[in-house]
Amino acid sequence: MNTTPILEVRNLRKHYPKVKAVDGVDFSVPTGICFGLLGPNGAGKTTTIEMMEGIIRPSSGEILYKGEPMGPRFKNEVGIQFQSTALQDFLTVRENLKFFSNLYPKNRSMDELIEICALESYLDRDARKLSGGQRQRMLLAIALVNDPEIVFLDEPTTGLDPQARLNFWELINRIKAQNKTVLLTTHYMEEAYNLCDQIAIMDHGKIIAQGSPDQLLSEHFQDVIIELPAQDFPQAAEVIPHRRLAKVNPSIEISTQDVNKTVAELLQAGASLAGLQVRQRTLEDLFLELTGKELRQ
Amino acid sequence: MNLRRIGAVIYARSLEFIRDRSALSWSFVMPIVMVVGLAFIFSGEGQPLFKVGVIADNLATEAEPSPKLHPFLTTQHIDFYSVAADQQAAVVKKVGRHQVDMLIDLRAGQQHYWVNTESPKGYFLELLLKSSEGAKLTQETVQGQQIRYVDWVIPGILGMNMMFNCLWGVGYVIVRYRKNGYLKRLNATPLTATEFLLGQIISRMVLVVGVSTLVFTLTNLFMHFVMEGSYLDLLVVLIVGTFTLITMGLLVASRVRSEELSDGLLNLLTWPMMLLSGVWFSMEGTNPIMQGLSQLSPLTHTLTAARAIMLDGATLWQVAPHLLVLLAMSLVFLAIGALGFRWTTD
Repeated sequence: MNTTPILEVRNLRKHYPKVKAVDGVDFSVPTGICFGLLGPNGAGKTTTIEMMEGIIRPSSGEILYKGEPMGPRFKNEVGIQFQSTALQDFLTVRENLKFFSNLYPKNRSMDELIEICALESYLDRDARKLSGGQRQRMLLAIALVNDPEIVFLDEPTTGLDPQARLNFWELINRIKAQNKTVLLTTHYMEEAYNLCDQIAIMDHGKIIAQGSPDQLLSEHFQDVIIELPAQDFPQAAEVIPHRRLAKVNPSIEISTQDVNKTVAELLQAGASLAGLQVRQRTLEDLFLELTGKELRQ
Repeated sequence: MNLRRIGAVIYARSLEFIRDRSALSWSFVMPIVMVVGLAFIFSGEGQPLFKVGVIADNLATEAEPSPKLHPFLTTQHIDFYSVAADQQAAVVKKVGRHQVDMLIDLRAGQQHYWVNTESPKGYFLELLLKSSEGAKLTQETVQGQQIRYVDWVIPGILGMNMMFNCLWGVGYVIVRYRKNGYLKRLNATPLTATEFLLGQIISRMVLVVGVSTLVFTLTNLFMHFVMEGSYLDLLVVLIVGTFTLITMGLLVASRVRSEELSDGLLNLLTWPMMLLSGVWFSMEGTNPIMQGLSQLSPLTHTLTAARAIMLDGATLWQVAPHLLVLLAMSLVFLAIGALGFRWTTD
């Protein structure tokens, strides 16, 4: 396997007059992996990925593609799916694919694209009349027309229903299986955990954590979470450090490194363990831990 | 520069236009309706009266010519009106354009009449005049083309339609592409700005030249426009004029971010052009400042050249100065438009 990372970002910055959207970011994306860029809304994910795509000019910093500054071949070898993409009106899915194919010197066969992205059933439909999931699949196919070495996907599953999201994950796994590099932004932790070999979490224009999901979880957490319904949590148990979650069915979360000890304490306080659950820490916990819980726009 | 990519842009844009039924039918139907409507309004088919201008000694312009001047003036259902002697040339021209059916000059030592030999009304009036008692008048030929208003105005109508199609079809559409992010998506491909713009220009050229030719051919089937020059020369003028108007649209499209602004700018360009370019009426005899301004409009040069070919039988060589001005304008527009081109709204 090639050891030069396919993409490398060094001290990347994008400063707008009133905001430092990206404020000194370093990371590298090894060939053939799925790299996830995570962060809350407004963290600078899209600005970062669009600089890496060559769409936005960085204020400073370096972006290396296969160890060299981005040259003319870059656009021929990458595939891009923006967060929102408009296409021309009155064109069918097939015509859009054909159009984008013609813009590249190298093409993937149309039949393959149709099969990978499951476009067969609506190939001749006007692209404006697709459902959210169908549209995302078409846009992914467009990002793949040139058989790219790296695919940028900016929040590809935002706004999709759970079924369509699962379908889309399957597509991304199929692309990964063909040894393509995928660079993905998302704010769904479950998505990142399922798809990404490596992740970087961004907030306020900076990277605040980086590594494989499991590695990050074990670095930040040595505990597990015990959750039980609030009505099962007696007054006597209040001494145990806990967090009350306001949900339709309010619940209590206890973080612990020793489940047996905590459960014994709960029993001693007279708590019912009928609704008790023990779960591992998730990326969601990490994300909330690292980026805080204040509201974002 | 990659021809395959340009071809792809041309094809996609043309499909979009052709499938947009409302826009397509609009660019066909509007000019046809206008040509037919104007032909109807200005043909005077429904008017029962003949209109005859009379020049005579000691005849006040406001006064009704006295029947004593000539027995012909006693004929009923004819509107005789007095014409000042110095207006003779102008009224003769109107006779040529069917705006006046006959002019008679009853001054001592003159005794002439003018009719448009192409006009059925002129023919009947001539018969009536000859069969009337009184002094015999001699026929004078009407100088210049004897044309209908519709012959004069057809290049204007087609030109106006061209102008709207070129300016909005490029200026507005590209701004829409920019605003909705389509240009940004294209910028992520190897397509260059020059390739994209060339594709847009060529697609628009083919469509506008095609539509104009078709509308002209269709209306010509029943209007039978005067055509003194060569159709090929007219086509050349059409192509050059279209190209210039499209590049003018690019100028608006190159940087503007909002559709509202582009709409405003396009209106700002088209309305003065419509009034000053001689679409509806000739700029001759108007204020010299207006005439100077009208020379800045590509439409003026297109229409002047087209009319010279159609009505005066001018050759391409004779209208070449206008074509050169048009080409110079398009080079300037194109250079500014392509250099200043912006893909995104940032």
